[in-house]
Amino acid sequence: MDLLNVNLVDWSRAQFAMTAMYHWLFVPLTLGLGVIMAVMETLYVKTGKEAWKQAAKFWMTVFGINFAIGVATGIILEFEFGTNWSNYSWFVGDIFGAPLAIEGILAFFMEATFISIMFFGWKKVSKGMHLASTWLTVIGATLSALWILVANAWMQYPAGTLFNPDSVRNEMIDFWSILLSPVAVNKFFHTVTSAWVLGSVFVIGVSAWYLLKKRVQDFARRSILVASVFGLIASFLLLSTGHGSAFHVAQRQPMKLAAMEGLYEGKKQADLLAFGIVNPAKKHYADSIAPLLMPVAVPIPGFLSLLAHEDADAFVPGVKDIIDGGYYLPDGNKALSFDEKKSRGLEAMKALEAYRGAREAGDQPAAEMHKAQLYESYAYFGYGYLEGPESLIPNVPLVFYSFRIMVVLGLFFIALFIVMLFFYRRKLEAQTWLHWLGILSIPLAYLASQAGWIVAEVGRQPWAIQDVLPVQAAVSDIPVASVKLTFFLFLSLFTVLLVAEVMIMVRQIKKGPEAEN
Amino acid sequence: MKRISLPLWMKKLYEFYRDGFSQMTVGKTLWTIALLKLFIMFAVLKLFFFPNFLKTNFEDDKSRSDYVGKELIERTR
Repeated sequence: MDLLNVNLVDWSRAQFAMTAMYHWLFVPLTLGLGVIMAVMETLYVKTGKEAWKQAAKFWMTVFGINFAIGVATGIILEFEFGTNWSNYSWFVGDIFGAPLAIEGILAFFMEATFISIMFFGWKKVSKGMHLASTWLTVIGATLSALWILVANAWMQYPAGTLFNPDSVRNEMIDFWSILLSPVAVNKFFHTVTSAWVLGSVFVIGVSAWYLLKKRVQDFARRSILVASVFGLIASFLLLSTGHGSAFHVAQRQPMKLAAMEGLYEGKKQADLLAFGIVNPAKKHYADSIAPLLMPVAVPIPGFLSLLAHEDADAFVPGVKDIIDGGYYLPDGNKALSFDEKKSRGLEAMKALEAYRGAREAGDQPAAEMHKAQLYESYAYFGYGYLEGPESLIPNVPLVFYSFRIMVVLGLFFIALFIVMLFFYRRKLEAQTWLHWLGILSIPLAYLASQAGWIVAEVGRQPWAIQDVLPVQAAVSDIPVASVKLTFFLFLSLFTVLLVAEVMIMVRQIKKGPEAEN
Repeated sequence: MKRISLPLWMKKLYEFYRDGFSQMTVGKTLWTIALLKLFIMFAVLKLFFFPNFLKTNFEDDKSRSDYVGKELIERTR
């Protein structure tokens, strides 16, 4: 078998992407809706108003449907690690093992314990105990997300570990560096706040449907009020963490930023692009064809430089600069070219081979020398697998458009929350157009959420682990036919689950909050 | 036959879950789906379609690390 079989790599990637994207349909609603129902129950406990209790119970039922259908769909990703990505799994074993084990324990003990009190305990435990259980369910779900996001952040910015050439594994040397790496912290808050926005839009959309149908209008108004205020707060946090994401990407994954902006030739005082069409005529990163058609910049000079490097005059490298090297990095060092990095990667690989040979021969001094050589070039380990500079460039149109979809929809949701709050005291029930806008916003929230993941994950290709392990080295040597088969098995399973979720949810929404009495 | 009496807290815990499950409406459908899904995932997919590649093909960690090391080196060629 051709070990670098593009077909095998692509099918393995497609399967992982499909599984992750389906999983991510369930997770953000759990995180977002969870906070909203907990806020409503808090209002019930504070005010004693039964209307808040009814609202909290209804959204809890919807939460429960989403939770039950979505729970454990992420475990399939772990199956795929072991089967399709065994080199990768071995290579990162300890780093992924610890966070995922903690996630499993937290998910089991916190969610499983408190979710049962939340659903079964309304008449069995005190109001305070019930409220605490609701919040702990939400916190448990959010902490579960923390650990998987920490693991993901490590792949984008491998910190706190040391490669052991004996075990061929990266070993954790500093747990706190992994947990509290700036990329991990920002990724967690950005992802969670995006889930809060999705949950808010979902609640607004469903409530808008009730207003359109002229049903349970008091309930719908209450829900819209809570969701709009919460959504607005979450959106501003999201703007802040979004800036944090862009900053970290600029520092550590400049190629991703270049793809997000369709930037091929770097510049100082780089402008942020508001609109543009990726030019299909551009075939090579170094040709003279303009990468974008009809580019429109945000009218703030040097805004991209400012966002990326906190300096409006800073140089933002484009695709060509990153491949050619020679520009100055934020840490003051000169960027290496692709060829130089590839050469260092091959040196690291040779050193690994020589180290293993010396160990087998029992030549300890030689082994130590080769180990030192390996560590000297380990930061570029993965470049040795890349055939040419083009393989360093992710899918620019996909990343470029996904980024814009995410940002534009994020801004649209802010407008939606503000408009909902504006009309809250101005005959919200009579604004049919706004009801429709709310309903139609639900799929847009999912679109924005998925687009965010595409930017993060497609934007970092070809890397499974940034600079260290590309996907073609990470994939298992297994028949492509088995990956295709399981791809379609998962597609079928997830589609059935999604259809079941939508059907049960729609049926419950049609029954309405009256059914909770 | 001697009857075993459960501690009070265990009895209460049992009644809590018994009452909770018996009063479920939509929950019964959800439990059915969730259990069916878990069965498909673990008893079918994991068992027949997702063997752990390294655990299946190699007996111990030494041979696994040797294999991955060799793979990583050879894939650059």
